[in-house]
Amino acid sequence: MEELSAGSTGSAGSNGSAGSAVSAPDKDTDTDEAAGGGAGSAVIATRALTKRYRGGQLAVDGLDLTVPAGSVFGFLGPNGSGKTTTIRMLMGLIEPTSGTAQVLGRPMPRAAKAVLPQVGALIEGPALYGFLSGRDNLLRYDSADPTADPRTRRARVAAALDRVGLTAAAGKKAKAYSLGMKQRLGLAAALLQSRRLLVLDEPTNGLDPQGMREIRALVRELASDGTTVFLSSHLLDEIEQVCSHAAVMAQGRLIAQGPVSELAAGARGRLVVTTPDAADAARVLKEQGIGDVVVEEGAEGAGARVTAESPPPDRDLAELNAALVTAGVRVRGFGLEQASLEDAFVALTGEGFDVAG
Amino acid sequence: MSRVETSRAEAMPEAASQAARAPGLLWTFGLFRSELVTTFRRWRTIALLGVLAAVPILVGIAVKIETGDGSSTGGGPGGGGGEGPAFIAQITNNGLFLVFTALAATLPFFLPMAVGVIAGDAIAGEANAGTLRYLLVAPAGRTRLLLTKYATTMTFCVVATLVVAASALAAGALLFPLGDLTTISGTRISFAEGLFRALLIALAVAASLIGIAALGLFISTLTNSGIAAMATTVGLLITVQILDQIPQLDALHPYFFSHYWLSFADLMREPVYWDDLQRNLGLQALYAAVFGSAAWARFMAKDVTA
Repeated sequence: MEELSAGSTGSAGSNGSAGSAVSAPDKDTDTDEAAGGGAGSAVIATRALTKRYRGGQLAVDGLDLTVPAGSVFGFLGPNGSGKTTTIRMLMGLIEPTSGTAQVLGRPMPRAAKAVLPQVGALIEGPALYGFLSGRDNLLRYDSADPTADPRTRRARVAAALDRVGLTAAAGKKAKAYSLGMKQRLGLAAALLQSRRLLVLDEPTNGLDPQGMREIRALVRELASDGTTVFLSSHLLDEIEQVCSHAAVMAQGRLIAQGPVSELAAGARGRLVVTTPDAADAARVLKEQGIGDVVVEEGAEGAGARVTAESPPPDRDLAELNAALVTAGVRVRGFGLEQASLEDAFVALTGEGFDVAG
Repeated sequence: MSRVETSRAEAMPEAASQAARAPGLLWTFGLFRSELVTTFRRWRTIALLGVLAAVPILVGIAVKIETGDGSSTGGGPGGGGGEGPAFIAQITNNGLFLVFTALAATLPFFLPMAVGVIAGDAIAGEANAGTLRYLLVAPAGRTRLLLTKYATTMTFCVVATLVVAASALAAGALLFPLGDLTTISGTRISFAEGLFRALLIALAVAASLIGIAALGLFISTLTNSGIAAMATTVGLLITVQILDQIPQLDALHPYFFSHYWLSFADLMREPVYWDDLQRNLGLQALYAAVFGSAAWARFMAKDVTA
């Protein structure tokens, strides 16, 4: 219904351009090393992947995403930045307007039948049949997979339930499940078979801290078995804790991607001086040519924090400290504060992360 | 049931997998079985079947009470089947006629409405619940899922019709005498022959629902709201029934899926008058082909955003 009504909002012009873009060269990789996309190669690779919805809205714009095999890949971005649209294109649910997407070395959505059995997915939260028990939900999803062996179905379902800690509630109707239990059941559905790739969209949504920790442990465990995990989350510290690589999206575009350590390093840390003589410290730092000096008043007696952009690499920090002390500033703390992924994110998108809510 | 399934089963394995035989069969039946179980475990499905089972019982009791009063059962009240064949007058003589009466009474509305609910909900209901995306990434395969949904809807057509027939037969046997019966043409046939004709009629009625099932499935691929799809399908059913009554639209009538529905009564002639029955089957096949293809084309190109 939404689509139908959206289509009427005048998209003739945009459709024209989209139509011509569809004919972008479709690289045929059916033949070459289709099955042997082993270690080292990319598990997900998109080139200029673009999706324009019928209303004319550009949801994903020229995405070049590379997810290395064996990585735990964090996919970051505020709501409406195109994360879910990207995931849906990767899973063959949505046809890209232009560009190509390869998953496990095969083009999507064309090779969906060969690729998807090796992929477990949790997309935009779990979806269950409320009138079926948790176990029957999993049995149904498993029977939808033509490669799943019906002889081992019950055993695999039981193992998946056990893995997410739902064995005790397996016989309950899914509509009686709490959000956290539904989330676990969704995860169990992704774990019905051994997978080469797991795509998890906000997997810890609705879970209590203990549940979140369990899921993180599960993700690490799966990753150590060699499964590539593609994890979208709005919890930066979660990404920082679990992920080896990350990509940041904003407004349909990919802003940055790479190993988490490099991304965080990209945002420069800050110089922090703790002192009761804040004004003097700020003056000295400015005299030394350090920019962006900010004085943060601390609690009574604790002294203020003076922060500044971190000095260029050729400056010796000891020299700076000496200059402060020489000027009579009582330095109680002096050092560089590492940039967090959140700093990197804010620097990249220019907005706070909690826009995602 | 078996007809639809086996023809599908024969068609599948070729396209399904070029690999071993076993996966081919699993490919076809794993999801179909799951779909059947899921559909028939729904309270809604059971309620629909319950209503359908109640109709013949109510008709039987109404006829029984009316004859109990001493008045002879004319072609008049109670039936609710519109201008259906006058089987109702014969119920008091032979309970088997309750089967024909019940099918004639439920075919214009109750049966197609039930089928419209199941067919309309087939894809849209899954989209509404979000389960469609998980079936597709399983991966169920769009063609396979659509075929499974259609096969399940057709199975429901047969089951629903048989529920009406069985309930009518049970009520007829309890309330009225059974025995040899007179065909519309006036010849006598044995009770066994009558039962066989009843089964044929039930199958003809089930086949009459092929068209609306395909139409409902197509509508179901257009929207993400199961309720909207069901309402549209049932709305179309009523519209077509009304249009079929308007004489000025005479030229269009032969193309309405409901136009030849009551042709099943011709199976009670001696010899059977096949012309309208064949036209009905041809028309249903046409609807299945047209709207089946439309549903397929639409579903293959659909962006699943729900």
